[in-house]
Amino acid sequence: MLFFASYREGVGSGRMDVRLPVGAKVSDLISELHSKGEKFTCLPDSVVVAVNHVYSEPVTTLNDGDEVAFIPPVAGG
Amino acid sequence: MSLVAIVRQPINPSDILQHVGSEEDGANILFVGVVRNHNDGFPVKGVRYEAYEKMAKSVLEEIVMEARSQFGTDRIATTHRIGNLVIGDVSVAVAVSSHHREQSFLASRFIMEEIKKRLPVWKKEFYVDGREDWTEGLTPPSVLVTEPK
Repeated sequence: MLFFASYREGVGSGRMDVRLPVGAKVSDLISELHSKGEKFTCLPDSVVVAVNHVYSEPVTTLNDGDEVAFIPPVAGG
Repeated sequence: MSLVAIVRQPINPSDILQHVGSEEDGANILFVGVVRNHNDGFPVKGVRYEAYEKMAKSVLEEIVMEARSQFGTDRIATTHRIGNLVIGDVSVAVAVSSHHREQSFLASRFIMEEIKKRLPVWKKEFYVDGREDWTEGLTPPSVLVTEPK
């Protein structure tokens, strides 16, 4: 998992690994993080996620080795 | 023929403009985004841009491909800078050339608006009074992940 900008500062790390059951979806990962408590409260209930560099849906199934990035509201330009 | 890049070094807008243009084009457009010295009424002394670099490159390529398809020109160059910038530094440049001005104006505007909406880049502002904060951004138009209650 990758965390950027305000999420990285909130979580306290830019990168960490997580183990999930086979067949877990993006939405399962969010639930898992929120169940871990205070550290992840910076992630809003609705959060944008990219899997392997592509914006992804809650129903996206995760596979071993996937790179999941949590994307705060963007402010380029 | 398109140039797409996320860079850490200073952007020279005239270099970006050099990447577009052809004998068949009559309209060359260059947009330059620059760090300004204020935001929401607060004096700003500098900014830091952070990117999810691999994804930012692919999203920028995707945006340019869409512009090529919609506006009928492949003469497009766009570069976004990341890292620490000071007032007056160029943060982004978009150059487009096409046969006529309408396509060039529309394509450059489209690219800038899409950068604002979905490029995974973030900006932290450093204020003159010592405070610092992430600029309030836009939520990319992807499907939002909502945790079941």
